[in-house]
Amino acid sequence: MPDQSEMLRLLTTMLRIRGFEHRLGKYYNYSAYANLGGRRESDRTAALLTSTLYDFASSGMIGGAVHLYVGQEAVATGVCAHLRDDDYVTGSHRGHGHFIAKGGSLRGALAELMGRSGGCSHGYGGSMHLFDPAKGFLGGNGIIGAQIPLALGPAFAAKYRGEDGVSVAFFGDGGANQGTLYEAMNIAALWKLPVLFVCENNLYAATTPQRISSPLPDLAPRAEGFGMPGAIVDGQDVLAVYEVAGEAVRRARSGDGPTFIEAKTYRFHGHCGAESDHAFPDECAEWRQRDPIELLKAKLEPADVARVEAQVGEELDEAEAFAVSSPLPEANEVERFAF
Amino acid sequence: MREITYAAAVGEALREEMARDERVFLIGEDIGPVRDPGEDLWAQYRERRVWQTPISESGFTGLATGAAAAGLRPVVEIMYCDFVTCCMDPICNQAAKITLMSGGEFHVPMVIKTPAGGGTREGGHHSQSLEAWFMHTPGLKVAMPGTAYDAKGLLKAAIRDDGPVIYIQHRLLHPQSQQVPEGEWIVPLGQADVKREGTDLTLVAYSWALTKALQAAEALADETSVEVVDPRTLVPLDVDTIAASAAKTGRLLVVHEAPERGGAGAEIVRRVAERFVPLQAPATVLGAKPVAMPYSPPLEDHVLPQVEDIMAAVRRLVAWKQ
Ligand SMILES: Cc1ncc(C[n+]2csc(CCOP(=O)(O)OP(=O)(O)O)c2C)c(N)n1
Repeated sequence: MPDQSEMLRLLTTMLRIRGFEHRLGKYYNYSAYANLGGRRESDRTAALLTSTLYDFASSGMIGGAVHLYVGQEAVATGVCAHLRDDDYVTGSHRGHGHFIAKGGSLRGALAELMGRSGGCSHGYGGSMHLFDPAKGFLGGNGIIGAQIPLALGPAFAAKYRGEDGVSVAFFGDGGANQGTLYEAMNIAALWKLPVLFVCENNLYAATTPQRISSPLPDLAPRAEGFGMPGAIVDGQDVLAVYEVAGEAVRRARSGDGPTFIEAKTYRFHGHCGAESDHAFPDECAEWRQRDPIELLKAKLEPADVARVEAQVGEELDEAEAFAVSSPLPEANEVERFAF
Repeated sequence: MREITYAAAVGEALREEMARDERVFLIGEDIGPVRDPGEDLWAQYRERRVWQTPISESGFTGLATGAAAAGLRPVVEIMYCDFVTCCMDPICNQAAKITLMSGGEFHVPMVIKTPAGGGTREGGHHSQSLEAWFMHTPGLKVAMPGTAYDAKGLLKAAIRDDGPVIYIQHRLLHPQSQQVPEGEWIVPLGQADVKREGTDLTLVAYSWALTKALQAAEALADETSVEVVDPRTLVPLDVDTIAASAAKTGRLLVVHEAPERGGAGAEIVRRVAERFVPLQAPATVLGAKPVAMPYSPPLEDHVLPQVEDIMAAVRRLVAWKQ
């Protein structure tokens, strides 16, 4: 059980993630995706596929597809709380939470989403491609499942150098159906690589419910086939995640190899944007009853919570001021990557 | 005549082909109620003929390849062309080669249908134009419709073809609408189309670059007469039509959004050069810069050829002195 100050640290991280994503609403038209609901099929298909939906022009200062992490904050927070700057994380398309939990800066992330030079990827990456070498963040990823074997690399490198670094791959229940996961699990188990496979099972892959994409509701038992421990944890309870991840990180650091963690969680918003596109609104309302931030707050002193909230608010104001005043990159600057 | 969008044209082709041929089925991610590739297809056929898959591109593309070899006619939906990277083995090593390796005993009548292209501010993993990879792989046909009419006609031809066809839709074309006839039509694979007549320069362009090329030609109309030729399919390539046009105008410019190096433009120029068509200016390719697609608008706009870039290239070639 983490002590009070550690719990406040966890709260700070979760509030950073939540607050960051709430601020995006000011600069991003993220209801566009969900609002496609009532239209004719062909128009919906057209709008979904064209992605003009995500244009800076129609949505303010942020463009591209933005996938919100709201509702899942406890997962990245509980896991990354055990990591050092020299440990590595690879994130998914829903990567803001992974980036922030690993210590990535709010100003760097916000400026990146605005396509600014001051962004953590200098405006080249966008929402799905936040990077930070100093914090061991090896990118969000637009290719589902690609981040999983990538995470083996830093783990391999640490072992190669005789260091005790670990790495973590975050992916969804949808990503768990890519073959990359099984190749990576096999290699990691075989070579006892210090890796955590963290599956955030939020019950949906875009619009596909998990019950029609995998034959069993639990994914953790898949780890058994590789002789790897597999744990199921309540992804709304940051302390539970903290506990399970702590054990897995200790195992990895001490040379006992990988662990698979399945966190049962839920995204409170739509797949790509804020308004919910869940097929079952009642289900969403039910999960919102177990908001990970509220669950943790209930265990803390209100005065402490207020202090942390105020401090995160200031950080966000600062990040916003930084991002909006950061210049757009010069067009021909991209030539430095040309060959 | 009636007006339909490019997206609706794709849906119409699917619906008609599914009604016509019971062997045709659809498979891919999120092709259920939200991302229905054609109106009502999900509602009508989900019991047996529309399969919403797990996120397992390699798995379901392999399945489709085998199903095609076993006598069905799959249409495989890859959500973004960038994700074909996850199923290059079933496409390039398997589907493309089974016919030859079996000495013609097996055929793979399959369509890989996928939206592609840049200009949508989505960054490196959702913006690529990968047609050259497929052109380079013997055994695959490549269709790149640039209008609603061609989208419908080419998809029907692709579904009826007995080999694997990669059918690439540019996302920005989806809402574009056009006057088309009632009923059905086929656009055969391997027939280019002169989209605009002209006398001074042949501008070859396909997919979204066709829209930009036509805008450039229109904007230059007072200065120069530009002929715009759309190959519509890159494999097979209708070199006859392109070479005849280049011979007539004496100048050749190919425009596409994929990077220039090793691209479709290079191939088109090679094929015309081998015909020894006399030109009054160097045959030229204008494509994307040799970089991955950046996210920020000024960077992305700079990487992709824009209408003004096409106009500048046309002016340069028309003014060319030996
Ligand atoms: C290889 C690949 N296939 C498909 C997609 C399109 N896509 C983006 S997000 C997504 C759903 C992912 O679901 P899941 O892994 O469960 O993560 P979640 O969105 O629930 O966090 C899909 C299908 C992609 N980006 N990459």
